[in-house]
Amino acid sequence: MEVRFINSAEITKAVKKLLMDCNYFIGGDIMDALTRARGTETSPVGKSVLDQIIENDKIAASEEIPLCQDTGMAVLFVEYGDKVCVENGSFDDAVNEGVRQAYSEGYLRKSVVSDPVFDRVNTKDNTPAIIHTKIVSGNKIHITAGGKGFGSENMSAIKMLTPSYGVEGVKQFILDTVRAAGPNPCPPIVVGVGIGGTFERAAQLAKKATFRPINTHNPDSRYAELEDELLSEINKMGFGPAGLGGNTTALGVNIETSPTHIAGMPVAVNICCHAARHASATI
Amino acid sequence: MTKKITLPITDEDIKNLNAGDSVLLTGSIITGRDAAHKRLFELIEQGKELPVDVKGELIYYVGPAPAKPGYAVGPAGPTSSYRMDKYAPSLLDLGLKGMIGKGARSQAVIDSIVKNNCVYFVAIGGAAALIAKSIKSEEILCYDDLGTEAVRRYEVEDFPCIVAIDSRGNNVYETEPPKYQK
Repeated sequence: MEVRFINSAEITKAVKKLLMDCNYFIGGDIMDALTRARGTETSPVGKSVLDQIIENDKIAASEEIPLCQDTGMAVLFVEYGDKVCVENGSFDDAVNEGVRQAYSEGYLRKSVVSDPVFDRVNTKDNTPAIIHTKIVSGNKIHITAGGKGFGSENMSAIKMLTPSYGVEGVKQFILDTVRAAGPNPCPPIVVGVGIGGTFERAAQLAKKATFRPINTHNPDSRYAELEDELLSEINKMGFGPAGLGGNTTALGVNIETSPTHIAGMPVAVNICCHAARHASATI
Repeated sequence: MTKKITLPITDEDIKNLNAGDSVLLTGSIITGRDAAHKRLFELIEQGKELPVDVKGELIYYVGPAPAKPGYAVGPAGPTSSYRMDKYAPSLLDLGLKGMIGKGARSQAVIDSIVKNNCVYFVAIGGAAALIAKSIKSEEILCYDDLGTEAVRRYEVEDFPCIVAIDSRGNNVYETEPPKYQK
């Protein structure tokens, strides 16, 4: 395969469109799940909240305005073909230019501060993005981009479980994390779980899990069953839409896994609100 | 049943509100979230005057998205209230009558709500485009340098919210989920 040259402007353009689109147009998987939940929710307040969320998401899509004011920190999962060569600048710079353009020209909120502890000064263009890049074979670049809101991000947790905890320990940690989050992360939520790898790999997988459509399952049937079981358990907690009571606390649970060390079983739980925003493109 | 309230909210209005009531607010509210609260709190601790008089006001915890041309305001849904828990009792002691946000509050905030005859409303998190339809105009009051976190005055019309914690300390986050727990 020959080396393929891609102009950095093409990457900027793609990232800009993905971030604007995901903030205006909720995914079909989420809209379907919200609509289904409206049919099964038993709480009158819960039904009313779901109606408002559905109406909100329709308004956002038809008027092309953000569905949530927290348009998030830009997070990208990139599969970068090893036969690709970016011309006229670096890949990361091209991505950040796309973020800058999306957030300024797309009327998205700038929610990033330069220094986490001392300065906390807004960078005013929502950069830098969080970019997870994996080199794959090929001559294309595949990008999944999302805006991650922090109401739900703040409710996430990671624990370095050890092997003797077993699947029961994994379940308990996930359920404990969702219970502790309670009404705060804008339920109904999407729960992304990363199991295995190292400390940081588990966290990265959990984020990646929130980017997977909720009408899909883990290809390993054991984890697929665990996804269904956890969803059912979470919806028995009673928090409901907006945490005001009901049987729709989560819309989906996605689990991603990785090989890990003989001594470990890290589990990361990344919570996402009902505005689970992501969009993909291949360049 | 939905209760309509014209702002400024009165002590009588507050006494008549019960946790779980659906409410439509019309009138003027102020906004503020993390960074603005930190600054206001520091001024209070130093015994200095605040750049905005909170007496009799409702504060909405929000950091709006920018307004698209032709819109009065950008999408403006509530942010998580617990992050303001450290600061809220001092503002309630200064005469702030209530807060609009989302999610649970600390016991210290609940105690302060009861002590000061205040109310905690919640709006639907993530319904920002819909909520913005009830905000008719905005004006920056202070801390313009904070961008989305600046303190604003919103004129609202039939702004939809729910009483989460009433002036007697009744709390929907405590009472409602157990009814649906299995």
